[in-house]
Amino acid sequence: MIVIGQEIQTAAYLFASILFILSLGGLASQESAKRGVLFGIVGMIIAIIATVLGEGVEGKEYIIGAIAIASLIGIIVARKVEMTSMPQLVAILHSFVGMAAVMVGFGSYLDPDTQKLTGAAHSIHLVEVFVGIFIGAITFTGSIVAWGKLDGKIPSKPWAFSGLQIMNISLLIACVVLGVLFCKAHGTEGMLPLLIMTGIASFIGVVLVMAIGGGDMPVVVSMLNSYSGWAASAAGFMLGNDLLIVTGALVGSSGAILSMHMCHAMNRSFFAVIFANATASSSQGGEKKAIEGEVTALNHEEVATLLKEAKSVVIVPGYGMAVAKAQYPIYDMVQTLQKAGKKVRFAIHPVAGRLPGHMNVLLAEANVPYDIVLEMDEINEDMPNTDVVMVIGANDVVNPSAQDDPASSIYGMPVIEVWKAEKVIIMKRSMSAGYSGEDNPLFYKPNSEMLYGDAKVSVEKLLGFLKV
Amino acid sequence: MKVGIPSEIFPSELRVAATPKTVKRLQKQGFEVYIQHNAGIKANFSDQEFEEAGAKIVSTASDIYAKSDIVLKVKEPTIEEIDMMKEGLVLLSYLWPAQNQSLLQKLADKKVNAVAMDAIPRISRAQKMDVLSSMANIAGYRAVIEGSYHFGRFLNGQITAAGKVEPAKVLVIGAGVAGLAAIGAANSLGAIVRAFDTRKEVAEQIESMGATFLTVEIEEDGATSSGYSKEMSPAFIEAEMKLFLEQAKEVDIVITTAQIPGKSAPKLWMDYHVAAMKPGSVIVDLAASTGGNCALTKNGEVYATNNGVTMVGKLSQLPSQASQLYGNNLCHLLDDMGKAEKWKIDMEDAVVSRAMVTYNGKINWPPAPLPVSPSAGGAKKVLAPTAEEVKASDAEKSKKAATSMLITLAVVGAMLLLVGNYAPKEFIQHFTVFVLSIFVGWQLITNVAHALHTPLMAVTNAISGIIVVGGLLQTTNNINDPVTIIAVIAILIASINIVGGFLVTHRMLKMFKK
Repeated sequence: MIVIGQEIQTAAYLFASILFILSLGGLASQESAKRGVLFGIVGMIIAIIATVLGEGVEGKEYIIGAIAIASLIGIIVARKVEMTSMPQLVAILHSFVGMAAVMVGFGSYLDPDTQKLTGAAHSIHLVEVFVGIFIGAITFTGSIVAWGKLDGKIPSKPWAFSGLQIMNISLLIACVVLGVLFCKAHGTEGMLPLLIMTGIASFIGVVLVMAIGGGDMPVVVSMLNSYSGWAASAAGFMLGNDLLIVTGALVGSSGAILSMHMCHAMNRSFFAVIFANATASSSQGGEKKAIEGEVTALNHEEVATLLKEAKSVVIVPGYGMAVAKAQYPIYDMVQTLQKAGKKVRFAIHPVAGRLPGHMNVLLAEANVPYDIVLEMDEINEDMPNTDVVMVIGANDVVNPSAQDDPASSIYGMPVIEVWKAEKVIIMKRSMSAGYSGEDNPLFYKPNSEMLYGDAKVSVEKLLGFLKV
Repeated sequence: MKVGIPSEIFPSELRVAATPKTVKRLQKQGFEVYIQHNAGIKANFSDQEFEEAGAKIVSTASDIYAKSDIVLKVKEPTIEEIDMMKEGLVLLSYLWPAQNQSLLQKLADKKVNAVAMDAIPRISRAQKMDVLSSMANIAGYRAVIEGSYHFGRFLNGQITAAGKVEPAKVLVIGAGVAGLAAIGAANSLGAIVRAFDTRKEVAEQIESMGATFLTVEIEEDGATSSGYSKEMSPAFIEAEMKLFLEQAKEVDIVITTAQIPGKSAPKLWMDYHVAAMKPGSVIVDLAASTGGNCALTKNGEVYATNNGVTMVGKLSQLPSQASQLYGNNLCHLLDDMGKAEKWKIDMEDAVVSRAMVTYNGKINWPPAPLPVSPSAGGAKKVLAPTAEEVKASDAEKSKKAATSMLITLAVVGAMLLLVGNYAPKEFIQHFTVFVLSIFVGWQLITNVAHALHTPLMAVTNAISGIIVVGGLLQTTNNINDPVTIIAVIAILIASINIVGGFLVTHRMLKMFKK
């Protein structure tokens, strides 16, 4: 087989890095997004080929075998997955990266070449291995828990106790101590502290994500994405590979800033979300506002009549729409209303759903054109001129407590001001609270009406009445 | 200086020229306040409240006129009242100077300096003392409330367990302050509101209050330089009448507010319009006191026509609210005239010179015209910071940001030096690449659309599969070597991630369409 020189390999790596940067940049807008993916794929192929053809790479048959099997699995998974379970898929893929980082770390430690290093270079290498495995392990278990929560296999309520922070800090200190022991050990004698640390880091990953409620999941998923990048970067340091460093840092920093954007959209402190003291800090105490009024409900026929009379309709989808897979009948309904000359738009809250941009993906799946899908800030000023707002499976993102009740845990979070519209119809399965566990005074407002039932079934019934 | 407030003599006048709140305010301005016994009783303000606010109670009106330098009144004074006034007294009251020439003459003869509150020019600066606006606001609101009271149904449409209720249709004629207030009130009660005005420029205001602007197909604008409307041409009026007839068949409540200063109100709603209306409909005529906009209006009366339409020709004044607003208007004017300390009747002042209808024994009416368009002055009430203020605060902010940036950079620089001092050369090279990459990533993501967050995450996830390179470098030919086994597994799972991640992103993006 051909073997390429180090200079050519470096040049190829540089080219791959540029392609990755263009790929991420391309994802910034709808028009260039597809091109962005293409850049990413080409960059990845170049990176892999340049590595495999590099000097001193052995066992090519195993490599090709592993990649072939993996590609097959990857293709099947990507084809089969439903758009509604996209968050779970992304989370589980993150765990793979974390796992791989842990393995690369162990491999690097056991590699006879690296044990020949001496002095500062040796110490630094050991620190790199240690840090890489630490981050990788957290990413691995954290992503698995996130996947479980998103898939409903683990209850999404935050699981926390008062000593949580202290426990985490002591575990962290324990890791540092183990790190010192590990660096002082000769040969591969450091294996024991390294394994213990891996166990502790895995535990920390579980605890960190367990303590975060379902509502904050978008931030967590994006943060885990960031961790997986840092893990790759750490691997780059231990192997002295610039491509890994560059790409890892790109992913790490972009994931981090994405999380911060989302926290900003929820008016939450980034650290409060990541370290899960959300419930403790954001609630400012004081008496909760008593909710006045009565919850009133309508049947499908009455709602259909309201829709027929309305001129302007806004639909606010939430996680409930994803659960019920109601996006297709909803778009059918939208088209019916549009044919009747009504102005119909969607209003998307930045953190609606369980993944950033989750609603947009689902609506896109149902062929909803993205120029009628508006963001919160674009639609809020139009609310007073809207005749009917349909809230489909959203709760916290339309909760007026966020604006007028300082005792509420979501106080200060920007919300879609649906209650300013003429009429609000809330489609919901029952009267239970949203992910934040907050009761929603919206339901008690005189201009809101409930429409109980599964979102998909309800919308289909409405469609029946509308088409008459 | 002493300010006196006599009781209103006119039996149907329920308002009073001061309330306990404005009494406090007058004292802050440096005036001593005297108020006649039971002056506020019809507006629900007791002597006790006035006393607590610091006013002195005086038993008779003549005492008030004898003691005071300035007298505040609501209704124009009667001859008996004028007889009680002394030379040089300043009177603030409604006077209707255009209709009451003889009254002005008497005030001038007495050398009373009288300010007609209803003659305050409509310029931006004088809005806070414009009693016509503040009273019209009340009248507009009240017109809807009383119209609704006489109307036998809900105003808003409802779907209730007992059946569906159609919303009421309200037509407001004339979109001045009263008209706009009526539109707002009717709209917030849930009615379907339409409004007509001859001035095209108010269309936007009408629509902003939530009503539909009705117009006729003739190009003629009723706006005048005074901000009031003028009388229109016969062709226009004919088209207007036709439009009203169509509306009469549909609407449930008609509120007319059209008045032309110094003239009797224009007749806009004729007997045949009333005849076309449904039984149970209501007409509220806010111009009743100047003759009425509706041909059948009887001033001061509420009655039903033969075809069951209720004609409302009188409205409660909401005396308590009205007194408060009127009193505030008076306080603002006194503020403008220098308060007690620097009290001055400044005949150079645009507002005082026009509203002061008698001065030093001379009649000062009609005033010099003051050209002003409501679109230029009246409508703008928003206080925005000036450009300089914005600039100044921006400059301060950026200064602070620069300082904190400097500190951060110094700390980072020191830390980098520390690293450079201890770490080997190779590490520093990698580290440089690492830090620069972080900045690139940071910059790349800052402007991503929300809608693309999920695809972006899927792609970064796929790219983070680059960890595969780590596995590739560690594989050896010996599959029994533990390092190789670990490396192959790493390659396997990382590759799943790469392939799965890219494919799923592609699938998602394919769905986005415009």
